[in-house]
Amino acid sequence: MDKDKLLRAYSQLKTIREFEERLNVEIATGEIAGFTHLYAGQEAVAVGVCESLDDKDYIVSTHRGHGHCMAKGGDVIDMMKEIYGSTEGLCKGKGGSMHIADFDRGILGANGIVGGGPPLAVGAAIAIKQRGDKNVAVSFSGDGSSNQGTVFEAMNLAVVLEVPSIFVFENNGYGEHTGADYAVGGDLLKRTQGFGMPVFTADGADFFSVYDATQKAIAHANAGQGPSAIYAECPRYFGHYVGDPQKYRSKDELSDIRENQDCLKILRAKVIEDASLTEAELATADEQVMKLIDDAVTAARAAPRPVAADVLEDVYINY
Amino acid sequence: MPIKTYRDALNEALHQEFERDERVFILGEDVSGGQAGSAGVVDAAGGIFGVTKGLVNKFGVDRVIDTPISESAIIGAANGAALAGMRPIAELMFADFIGVSMDQIFNQLAKFRYMFGGKTTCPVVVRLPTGAGMNMAAQHSQTMYQMMTSVPGLKVVMPANAYDAKGLLISAIRDDDPVLFFEHKGLYNDKCEVPDEPYTVPIGEADMPREGDDVTVVAFSRSVKFAIKAIDKLQEEGISCDLVDPRSSSPLDEETILESVEATSRLVVVDESPPRCGLTADIAAMVASKGFSSLKAPIEQVSAPHTPVPFARELERAYVPGPAHIEAAIRKTLA
Ligand SMILES: Cc1ncc(C[n+]2csc(CCOP(=O)(O)OP(=O)(O)O)c2C)c(N)n1
Ligand SMILES: [Mg+2]
Repeated sequence: MDKDKLLRAYSQLKTIREFEERLNVEIATGEIAGFTHLYAGQEAVAVGVCESLDDKDYIVSTHRGHGHCMAKGGDVIDMMKEIYGSTEGLCKGKGGSMHIADFDRGILGANGIVGGGPPLAVGAAIAIKQRGDKNVAVSFSGDGSSNQGTVFEAMNLAVVLEVPSIFVFENNGYGEHTGADYAVGGDLLKRTQGFGMPVFTADGADFFSVYDATQKAIAHANAGQGPSAIYAECPRYFGHYVGDPQKYRSKDELSDIRENQDCLKILRAKVIEDASLTEAELATADEQVMKLIDDAVTAARAAPRPVAADVLEDVYINY
Repeated sequence: MPIKTYRDALNEALHQEFERDERVFILGEDVSGGQAGSAGVVDAAGGIFGVTKGLVNKFGVDRVIDTPISESAIIGAANGAALAGMRPIAELMFADFIGVSMDQIFNQLAKFRYMFGGKTTCPVVVRLPTGAGMNMAAQHSQTMYQMMTSVPGLKVVMPANAYDAKGLLISAIRDDDPVLFFEHKGLYNDKCEVPDEPYTVPIGEADMPREGDDVTVVAFSRSVKFAIKAIDKLQEEGISCDLVDPRSSSPLDEETILESVEATSRLVVVDESPPRCGLTADIAAMVASKGFSSLKAPIEQVSAPHTPVPFARELERAYVPGPAHIEAAIRKTLA
């Protein structure tokens, strides 16, 4: 991977991490409304996948969508404004954290309904196929989401229609407060293979591993061979939502994943070891990210607020 | 009498009914919580709103069943268990997820008794945290009960206070027919007097939390609380209102509403759902056809706008019909 690309990937990982770490702090002030699900720990999956995509490829995200949207090019400041509920946010303050979308970037929306996304990705893949384009439509799903009938239906439909969709499964060990080992019957990987598509496995804490898997999935689609899946196990650093007391998780688990499954540490170690990036380059990238996050929060705080009449905008009929 | 929250009143009803009838069990996402977690704790959640807290410790995992995220299977399994003689309670984490399980609710559960010629009943209770107020946006804030009210074969219940929450939930569990039980998220922390012992509140009988002469106000779920605020304020000016809380939209206590309108001649109907084909329209139509001669003024409907629920604080506040909207409607009907 060339140096610019590598530096960009690192900055993306770092941006998502710091965005989420900062939100965790800002939410405690009470300024941000609603429920927020942080993506910290899982960055290598979003970035590993989206670094192979361009604006004409589609993604369909989840309730834990900040990382996917930033990795796919969603504007960090406009996203922050949305999370703060400003009219300058990506969805004018109507959607919030769980419903960020940016159609110019191929982001067909974060989704508050677990399992709501994969069928949408199949539809986008049908559009790609009918237009004869060489693009892909990616859906992100969690271990919990993998148990929805809609996800099974979507995978089967994609296989039947041989459309270029990629089903990414991020197994972070939990669906809310329930462990994946309890809720996922059988083996998520084998279940997915059972639909008759290849499943490329990746280490969800390793950007390069996810990137390689994505390259294979895209090659498969571009060769006209239809859908495939990517299966990645990854850590979830925070609770299910900000404020979750996490009684179901041990302190050991939480410190262990920060120590041993940190995609930033893992990437840094690799690029320093093979001398593809320098400490100074990484430090500069870090500084830029920290400034961007600061700017985003400052801008979001100062951004215009909606007024009551805005409720009636963006509807086709009003009674 | 002891004071309890709406949440604790529901929790107590569940404990008491689990104790009374061995056929009662509950299934849903994180109703205990913590299965296969690294801490090895069950009852880590007790439902995300804490309504099922402590049940698993007392009644075990066979009767307090954590499910995968599979709403169709949750409702379908409850339906099947009911047909096979059990008394299941299914919990959907948010009422909005009715969308995922719709077939099992309206083509299966609602149909069995009638479609099978009265040979079976299907005693399922579906518990549904409902409504706006937490800035959870379009897919986690809907009332949903107005849609369900249009389905024959379902009872649709929405307690507005802790006392009714307990009594109606016990009635729902003992009912032989399907009951969709809507718990407003904005009421879970509200308190009132709630007896310790089990009791029932009959489904289909309205409550009258305020009595007055000038206007009849009909309100559902959390709107009852907002109507009380508006009515108490107007009382200081000498305007007095009947407040009818039907407590269930199906069956609907038409008689209490009509009697009140006969006495006051004016009607304001309030609900947090959108206006079209909703509860305010339904009740306005019922009174217009059955109580027209009592009316001295047009019926006022106070509802949410015909839009999805927006996220930002300012927008959600404007979306939910509150005390000020209700007060304005009462004044208008008197003007
Ligand atoms: C249809 C539906 N059911 C339940 C929920 C509530 N819910 C939100 S996130 C979540 C857990 C999802 O788990 P997983 O797919 O593993 O994603 P993760 O949260 O781990 O990213 C649940 C149960 C929902 N939003 N939609
Ligand atoms: Mg998960």
